[in-house]
Amino acid sequence: MKSRKLGVDFIRTVLPVLLALFSGGLLLLILGKNPINFYSDIWRFGIAKKSWQDSATMFAPMLLVAVGLIVVFRANLWNLGYDGQYLIGAALISGFSPYLTQHMSVWLAWFLLSIMAAAAGAAVTIIPAWLKAKFGTNEIITSLMMSFITIGFANILIKGPFQDPNIVVPQTKVLPLNHMLPHIPGTRISIGLIVALAMAFGVHYLLSRTSFGLKLDIYGASSKSAQHAGISVPKMVFTLFLISGALIGLASSVDILGHWGYVRTNWNPSYGNAILPFVFLGRLNVLASLPFVMFYSVLATGGAISTQRSGLSSDFLLVIVALILLFMTVIEYIGTKQDLGQSYIPSGLKRFLKFSKSEGDLG
Amino acid sequence: MRFAGHSKYQEALNSQEGLSTLCLEAIQITKAFPGVVANDRIDIEVRSGEVLCLLGENGAGKSTLISILSGMQQPDSGTIKINGKISEINSPRIAKDLGIGVVYQHSTLISTLTVLENLMLGDTGKVLLDVKGAKEKLLTLASLLGGAIDPNTLAGDLALGQQQQVEIAKAMWGGSNILILDEPTSMLTPQAVQDLQASLESLKREGLAVIFITHKLHEAFALGDAVTVLRAGRKVLHLSTRQIGELSESQTREIILKSMFGSDSSAESNSVEVLTEMDTGSENVSHHKQRDLADSKIILELKGVSSTSQYNEVEVTDVTLSIRRGEVYGIAGIDGHGQRSLAEAIVGQRSISRGQLFFEGLDVSKMNVRQRQSLGFRYVTDDRLHEGIVGSLSVALNLFIKRIGQRPYWRMGQINWSALNEEASRLIEKFSIKTPSLTTRGGTLSGGNIQKILLARELAFDPKVVVFNKPTYGLDFKTVALVRGLLKEFVSQGGTVLLISTDLDELTELCDRISIISRGKIVGTVDNNSTKIAEEIGAFMVGDSQ
Repeated sequence: MKSRKLGVDFIRTVLPVLLALFSGGLLLLILGKNPINFYSDIWRFGIAKKSWQDSATMFAPMLLVAVGLIVVFRANLWNLGYDGQYLIGAALISGFSPYLTQHMSVWLAWFLLSIMAAAAGAAVTIIPAWLKAKFGTNEIITSLMMSFITIGFANILIKGPFQDPNIVVPQTKVLPLNHMLPHIPGTRISIGLIVALAMAFGVHYLLSRTSFGLKLDIYGASSKSAQHAGISVPKMVFTLFLISGALIGLASSVDILGHWGYVRTNWNPSYGNAILPFVFLGRLNVLASLPFVMFYSVLATGGAISTQRSGLSSDFLLVIVALILLFMTVIEYIGTKQDLGQSYIPSGLKRFLKFSKSEGDLG
Repeated sequence: MRFAGHSKYQEALNSQEGLSTLCLEAIQITKAFPGVVANDRIDIEVRSGEVLCLLGENGAGKSTLISILSGMQQPDSGTIKINGKISEINSPRIAKDLGIGVVYQHSTLISTLTVLENLMLGDTGKVLLDVKGAKEKLLTLASLLGGAIDPNTLAGDLALGQQQQVEIAKAMWGGSNILILDEPTSMLTPQAVQDLQASLESLKREGLAVIFITHKLHEAFALGDAVTVLRAGRKVLHLSTRQIGELSESQTREIILKSMFGSDSSAESNSVEVLTEMDTGSENVSHHKQRDLADSKIILELKGVSSTSQYNEVEVTDVTLSIRRGEVYGIAGIDGHGQRSLAEAIVGQRSISRGQLFFEGLDVSKMNVRQRQSLGFRYVTDDRLHEGIVGSLSVALNLFIKRIGQRPYWRMGQINWSALNEEASRLIEKFSIKTPSLTTRGGTLSGGNIQKILLARELAFDPKVVVFNKPTYGLDFKTVALVRGLLKEFVSQGGTVLLISTDLDELTELCDRISIISRGKIVGTVDNNSTKIAEEIGAFMVGDSQ
């Protein structure tokens, strides 16, 4: 019985991905591209030979964003300000790292920079968290609005104080290669991956084994229950938002110090948008989300080249993500109905059909 | 085009038979929800040209019955006959087509649209708006309702009484011949109630059948022809127009009060028997033993307490009361009159905006839930499913969600499963909680067993003051007895109880003193030492105290 349920869960989880890849292929055919070439390119540039190491480098910030989202989503809090939280961290890291790394030991500089990025990401969540805790204001809207403001602010920083004076393009100074995070020996994967994995396992432990995790689950199930059990709801909201923002800020430090080395204005990798469906597919469980985030880092790494070679915009990858989301919704709907032993036809539609039939009978 | 209705009323009026035909008949309607039988074999009937008053406290099953008649829910069993024909009301749309119009308790008008636009929202199946036809229809309806309403006024600008008339017009827009009014007077001024009465009179003359839901007795007298009383999901009394005509007003009042609040076990008997059993009913009153608590120490004291919260609920205002050690203090009142605010203000889930709360002389007004818990405050909430337990967590964890992080069940922030499971098994045994295992999800248990989890959690760890909020609501007979037994046991060991309940039998059986709450205020307090206590409290509750 239990193994059957696991099997069903596995299908419910993997099927949306397969269906999305398949219908993505159909779309490519309609666009006059060869889907087999497209997908084999993704394999070639995302996994084959040593390219999996590039995917692994990209995986690190995505994993941190995913964990940052899981922490709040599990509590039914929707921090959608991930872009702002990420970019303010990225701007600060790119702005300060060229100076800090020159004036102190690089390890201390990396540490301080990461703390700064995490603190900045967390700081962006303070206003939405306060509004939610104090007035119950919808955090989806406030965190999103805060994100727009923060992105604007990050761009001002890049164009203003952090602008590289030697070039015209609005961008920060490029961090010299020897001041970037080192690679894991024998690979070209940044050690940021280790940081991300350590954080992921740490958070998983926090959520699944500690009293804090239990309080979070109670709050997530019902804030009334939490209040009833004596859990301070405002404190919970603040803590979770701050952890989420800090993890997303940390993602930017791993990404800039380990991969990019600089930022330009209007650059926005928007990991949160891409990762969002995958944390749901992972049922908001950190460990279960790992393979999905890996899958997407391969898709994104290989896809960046693959879309170019097929003459497509890189936004085609987001089409695939959207298709995953779509199929996930449909399959979850059917799955839930099956669990409840109900018919798959929406009750409204059924009533309508039944009604028009009985009206026909009358007539 | 369906508003051939008007001539239908004329027909009914002209035909002498039509005046007394059965318009709607609900036979043996049963509807159960998990843990609660909301409607238990209820029969009602209403004739054309008659106003049937459906009386009952909240939770008596009125709302469920109405949602069944209006097609929002389907009964588990039972049949509904409209004009003598068995009908299945599968959707609100079908209800409308069968001529059942419903005016809901809360306004359904859109305040930024005009009266006419609001009414035309109900027009379906047309591509173009038939403004001219709609205006004519409104004119006919307005004269019927006895008031002229400018069709181009914004609904939000109307007075409440006028809004009510538009609501009724909206309900009749499809040409209904059965009108259901769900507590329509709850938001009206006395003058508007009179207008409503006039409207109903003229609708009656037109041959409409009206079902009028209320929990206020004087309205039932003013507006109703026949009366049906529901109590705990059952029909306990039906007085037809003829029967009421044969009784004097005070007799009727007494019969109705008795069936609504009285402590005889009339829930089982049917309408005919009630009339004959009236005299014998009082024998079954379970007498409360009056105890002398004057020497006992005051444990809990509220001084002018008012509450505030984020929620749109009735708050308590200026509540003053004191409870002695070993006392059971009852709070009676119609549901939704601030009971929850009172309970939450006492246990710390809702902040006290004015006044003070003392525990053994210590001012605890500013303490949070956890601090008050450690002093010995406990709360058995009325919202078992969504507040009391976390459905997705195991039974064992649910027994401990108020002790998270505390030794010996948690060590260094980690659960100590062996200590927790051992204690949980003991509690499950002691409170006879029926669960397949410790790890079963709490939400899958029955209502009674969920309540036992709550009681185990609140009563097991050295409580001093327990607030019980509707502790037996919706439970089966056996569990009710168990819950009341546990409460008595707790008090006999020197515990102090605030018992909030809408069940007067319960209050009179258990309490030493009872206060009646209305609109967040205490409107009266009675010592539980008279045999007529249920009726006394009932009179306070329906605002009919002489």
